[in-house]
Amino acid sequence: MPISLDEVRHVARLARLELDEAEVLALQGELNALLGHFADIQGIDARGIEPQSHAVSLQNVWAEDSPLPSMPRSEALRNSALTRAGLFVVPTIIED
Amino acid sequence: MPSYLASIGMEVHAELDTRSKMFCRCPVAFGGEPNTRVCPVCLGLPGSLPVPNRAATEMVLRTALALNCTIATNSVFHRKNYFYPDLPKGYQVSQYGETNPIGYAGWIDIPKADGSIKRVRIRRVHLEEDTGKLMHLPAGGSGVDFNRSGVPLMEIVTDFPPDIESAEEAKEYLVQLRSTLLYLGVCDGKMEEGSLRCEPNISVRPEGSAEYGTKTELKNLNSFRSVQLGVRYEIERQIAALGRGERIRQETRGWHEGREESFPMRTKEEENDYRYFPDPDLVPMAFDEAMRERARTSLPELPLAKARRYAEQSGLSAQDCALLTADQAWAEFFEQAVALGAPPKPVCNWMNSDFAKRLNEDGIGWKASKITPAHLVDLVKLIESDAISGKTAKEVFAESFESGEMPSAVVLAKGLVQISDRDQIEAAVREAIEANPASVAKYKSGQTGVAGFFVGQVMRATGGQANPGLVQEAVKAALEKV
Repeated sequence: MPISLDEVRHVARLARLELDEAEVLALQGELNALLGHFADIQGIDARGIEPQSHAVSLQNVWAEDSPLPSMPRSEALRNSALTRAGLFVVPTIIED
Repeated sequence: MPSYLASIGMEVHAELDTRSKMFCRCPVAFGGEPNTRVCPVCLGLPGSLPVPNRAATEMVLRTALALNCTIATNSVFHRKNYFYPDLPKGYQVSQYGETNPIGYAGWIDIPKADGSIKRVRIRRVHLEEDTGKLMHLPAGGSGVDFNRSGVPLMEIVTDFPPDIESAEEAKEYLVQLRSTLLYLGVCDGKMEEGSLRCEPNISVRPEGSAEYGTKTELKNLNSFRSVQLGVRYEIERQIAALGRGERIRQETRGWHEGREESFPMRTKEEENDYRYFPDPDLVPMAFDEAMRERARTSLPELPLAKARRYAEQSGLSAQDCALLTADQAWAEFFEQAVALGAPPKPVCNWMNSDFAKRLNEDGIGWKASKITPAHLVDLVKLIESDAISGKTAKEVFAESFESGEMPSAVVLAKGLVQISDRDQIEAAVREAIEANPASVAKYKSGQTGVAGFFVGQVMRATGGQANPGLVQEAVKAALEKV
């Protein structure tokens, strides 16, 4: 099923991508080509095969509940464009 | 105006009481200097890999069993994708689907005001991670603290159509659920610190209507009281709006604690589209019978079951039993006191009156106080054997609470033993009568109320230590004879 221009715009908005109309058109073509490959897979008879969420056959991998030292705050904040009083600073968020 | 029925769904988030975070080993704590409990995993830095916390997983498993859920045979983590500055990875690790959450299709019983029980069905109990915290900066901008980012979070959601039909039931559900989580030792239950958060959704519909009304969701409720007030306010607001012919808008509303009203919160412009998919970094979980059995056998007796047992064994009222069992340590105190041979009713009365009052004043639990079950048993026995009066007992308790001395030691040291010796009391009564001929005359002329005066005289003469019941008897008998 081909993807519409509106769907391309919607997905771009969710991914915070700003696209002009030429890019939207180009991406529609590329995405449809990709989806075409999935259509091939859809054609395979998979009856009787359990759906799987992972390719590896591992399960129940856990860590013990015991704290280890965290990283120094100066290191954690080092890549941030703006910090204040040990906080990452971002543009004002209006919640309510 | 037609009458309306309310339907309330409850979404509860409980921060799990683990020592380290959900997918990394950063310590979990409340407060502290911002961004001091962070690492590449909970900051979402590229190349970091999460490993789930075993204890957190077992806590959700135990909770799901305690809430009578079906346990998923195979349970995976999903990525819930959205952008927000408190979410460093651009997605929250959560669990999606009907039969994928660790527990689903369960229920909890809640006691109703009339003493009956209501069953509230639970749709899902799943495991996810908390976000960071945003704070407004006075100088402009918002500050982000990721200490809370990645703290294990359990989500418990009631089923649809909702079973809860009033603000009181919503509160009772939360009380019962919180108490259960405390018994299980999986959450500290501190609503004011945000470790237990409740977001009810509320709708109303005209009686007889099969279709459910448009629902609104309430946020910022940080106490049982605000949950009850908020839900009640929202029900009344919606009914009033429908009465005026308005439509209810589907929205998220905040609760203003001071004004006791809800207000519409800024809604996101776009429809939520989280594009859930299985997290490729986290492998599936499978709970075999051995693991379930281990979790099942680790479950404590839960509050409602305990309350029922107390009612059956000791004949206490449902309300008394609910008070005794709301907190596990409190219930333990009661059981220890009864095991030491004290009758349940007076123990219960002392616990829920003077003792609870003093603990509340000091803001502590009994284990941090100087009163042990043995203290209360000693006190109750002093009263039961008429060694001290109820009034004296209150003084003795206060003294024991302060000093930690046994009540019988306090009574001895202060000479508070009640005089129950009849000869001694009768002698005091005779003295009082001989000393007050005028009052005796009044009594004879029909003013029988003057008997109270003689009781007072005798109590004063004995320093308040005479058994008041015996004094009354003796005064009455003596006055009838003169």
